[in-house]
Amino acid sequence: MPAPVQSSDPFVPEIYRVGAVRRELADVVTIEIEPESGGRPDFLPGQFNMLYAFGIGEAAISISDETKHGGGFVHTIREVGAVSRALAAMEVGASLGLRGPFGTAWPVAEAEGSDVVVVAGGLGLAPLRPAIEALLARRERYGQLAILVGCRTPEAILYRHELEQWRQRLDIDIEVTVDHASTDWHGNVGVVPSLIRRVAFDPDDTLAYVCGPEVMMRFTASALHEAGVATDKVYLSMERNMKCAVGLCGHCQFGPSFVCKDGPVMRFERISPIFAMREI
Amino acid sequence: MGGNWKSATIKPEGLHSLIGKLRDEAYRVVGPTMRDDAIVYDDIAGLDDLPKGWTDDQEAGRYALARRSDDAYFGYNVGPHSWKQFLFPPVETMWHAQRDEDGAMTCSAPSRPKEKFAFVGVRACEIHAIAIQDRVFREGPFADNAYASRRQDAFIIAVNCGQAGATCFCSSMGTGPRADGGFDLALTELLEGGDHRFLVEIGSEAGAAIMEAVPHAPASSEQVEAAAAIVEETANRMGRSLETDGLKELLQGNLDHPRWNDVADRCLTCGNCTMVCPTCFCTTVEDHSDLENRTAERVRKWDSCFTLDFSYIHGGSVRTTTHSRYRQWMTHKLANWIDQFGTSGCVGCGRCITWCPTGIDLTEEAAAIRAAPSKADAQ
Amino acid sequence: MTIETIGQILAKHPFFAEFQPEHVELVAGCARNVRFNPGEYLTREGGPADRFFLIRHGMVSLEVATPGRAPIVVTTLREGEIVGASWLAPPYRSMFDARAVELTRAISIDAECLRKKCEKDHYFGYEMMQSVLRVLVKRLQATRMQILDVYGE
Repeated sequence: MPAPVQSSDPFVPEIYRVGAVRRELADVVTIEIEPESGGRPDFLPGQFNMLYAFGIGEAAISISDETKHGGGFVHTIREVGAVSRALAAMEVGASLGLRGPFGTAWPVAEAEGSDVVVVAGGLGLAPLRPAIEALLARRERYGQLAILVGCRTPEAILYRHELEQWRQRLDIDIEVTVDHASTDWHGNVGVVPSLIRRVAFDPDDTLAYVCGPEVMMRFTASALHEAGVATDKVYLSMERNMKCAVGLCGHCQFGPSFVCKDGPVMRFERISPIFAMREI
Repeated sequence: MGGNWKSATIKPEGLHSLIGKLRDEAYRVVGPTMRDDAIVYDDIAGLDDLPKGWTDDQEAGRYALARRSDDAYFGYNVGPHSWKQFLFPPVETMWHAQRDEDGAMTCSAPSRPKEKFAFVGVRACEIHAIAIQDRVFREGPFADNAYASRRQDAFIIAVNCGQAGATCFCSSMGTGPRADGGFDLALTELLEGGDHRFLVEIGSEAGAAIMEAVPHAPASSEQVEAAAAIVEETANRMGRSLETDGLKELLQGNLDHPRWNDVADRCLTCGNCTMVCPTCFCTTVEDHSDLENRTAERVRKWDSCFTLDFSYIHGGSVRTTTHSRYRQWMTHKLANWIDQFGTSGCVGCGRCITWCPTGIDLTEEAAAIRAAPSKADAQ
Repeated sequence: MTIETIGQILAKHPFFAEFQPEHVELVAGCARNVRFNPGEYLTREGGPADRFFLIRHGMVSLEVATPGRAPIVVTTLREGEIVGASWLAPPYRSMFDARAVELTRAISIDAECLRKKCEKDHYFGYEMMQSVLRVLVKRLQATRMQILDVYGE
């Protein structure tokens, strides 16, 4: 884990500008943003930023990539509330606030020498994307690498272009499944945990990164367990209400953990006693 | 007069003079005063503002002022206020933002006028409460600069408790009734034999320095012993107790205990307990902008885990039931806090018991779970 | 190159992995190798459930036809999975169209033959019942999760 860097005031956003906007899906937009002055801070795969839309508010958005020349962040945003709608509606040149990066990272270095299974549900692929890029950048350091993606329909597949590019490589297993489809779709239909037995990995020496809706993560964690992967090798990315992102507002508590600083990426072993419990 | 002494006595006039000196040194002096049928913390100018001869009669869900038979200035326990409202204000502007005609934004923290507080009459439990908030706001990986600055400058005059309230349990929490540190000066009010005095202990160089300017007399060994006896007597008269041994494991291992449903039948989710608690630190934020959308600000406000909104994520709230919200509050306070910050979040001040409109008593809730744990203590 | 017997192929299929060898041999007597070209159907909705399939290779989709639009795919099944569980419960009618999406090789087991053997040897029947049920419970759970629409749109 990196030592968090205390800026002069962790509550005051830095100013960024939108460099590019790309619509991914009907309700999902990817924006590229660059700092108005100076360089962007370093980040680790799995971390998030707090993005501020003027006068409307802040939202926690995972970092899904760095911009092409490394000068900025790429964020994929789903329009679900006032803030995310305002962020998704931003045009090139628009000004926004940013605090971050915050939170824990996918254990990419720890996975060296092991097999890695990445399981993404819906928009959960966004925070996993930098981890996938990091694994591919040093592909020779890992064993089997599998990327399993589930989404609602063929139309809702995120990062289709990237998935196609990754799929061209011969050294990764990529499986995509959808919950609902007609015969126009020629791929898998079914839930993403069912893909786990489709791919090769050594359960005794595998790290799994899982991100998606909590229900999907619960089913996936138990499918991984059935496949023989120990709970201390499974990592999930949690979501809770977040206001401050620095462990001071109390909102993101999940049992003894603060999702903003002890998460979002958490070892399943640590949270499994309360993970299936209601209303924690 | 030498600066090496550790204790002295002052008369009430000496306390008045001490308050005056602090005001001269540009401190905003805050202490106990009577308002709205309660003893609250507010600006004080001298002895006349203190609740001389008054006490507070407390029980679960009940608080009333009553006359004392003597002229004690600090003859009450704790009221609805705590010092957190000064160090950690209920409403605070975090930053302002401007936007020019082209939409370019700037953002800056507000210039906060430096405010030096002197707190008069801080109880031992409250000193511990401040230390607990210190751990949250200035000792973690990220610090709240505004809190840290106010805290740094605060001058603390503690008062050792001469009586225990019916809802007090600081002895159980190891946080009182004697102030064992964390103060600049500590007073014990002595009323014996009509000789109204305060035994003063020096806790810091700043405390010693200001005492130089206050008329005082050396403390006799009898006075020191009398003060110790008063606090000991208070410790023996706690109105409540809480067994803390293994409490964290007990609560964390009993998240499905039927008692949570039982307490949910009584809890109104009003959040009073979180507002009066001297350690509760949860906040929400509000973002405002002017009608032209040229200036905006972010305001932080105290929040409560008892609200439905508190746990809202896209799609709905995580904690919709009363039992889950009460469980969140109590397990956080008494158990998860230990994992998060190394100590309990409770100092045993009893405010949450007194100010609960239905008289829910967390010591009773914890005891009920201990009496019939649904699971073996998780180890 | 040696040619595997049906019994050997069955024993290697995950569905029979936990079966006693003599029970696998019982099944072998009712089984044969089959192949389906893309677009060919293994079962038709409402048709007799007279065959039970173990997929060895390829992909099969379970479909429900809907007027005026392309059929809805309920799930897709691949190597190691089973198709046609309706052979086990009356009225022995298929619930879905099972269509080969790609070239599919499978073991086809005659349902009547299998039912007779189950009836004759209840130990074997119980083992069979339990194995089919295990698969169906998994599928039921997966279906419930699909219904949940967890990706919420």
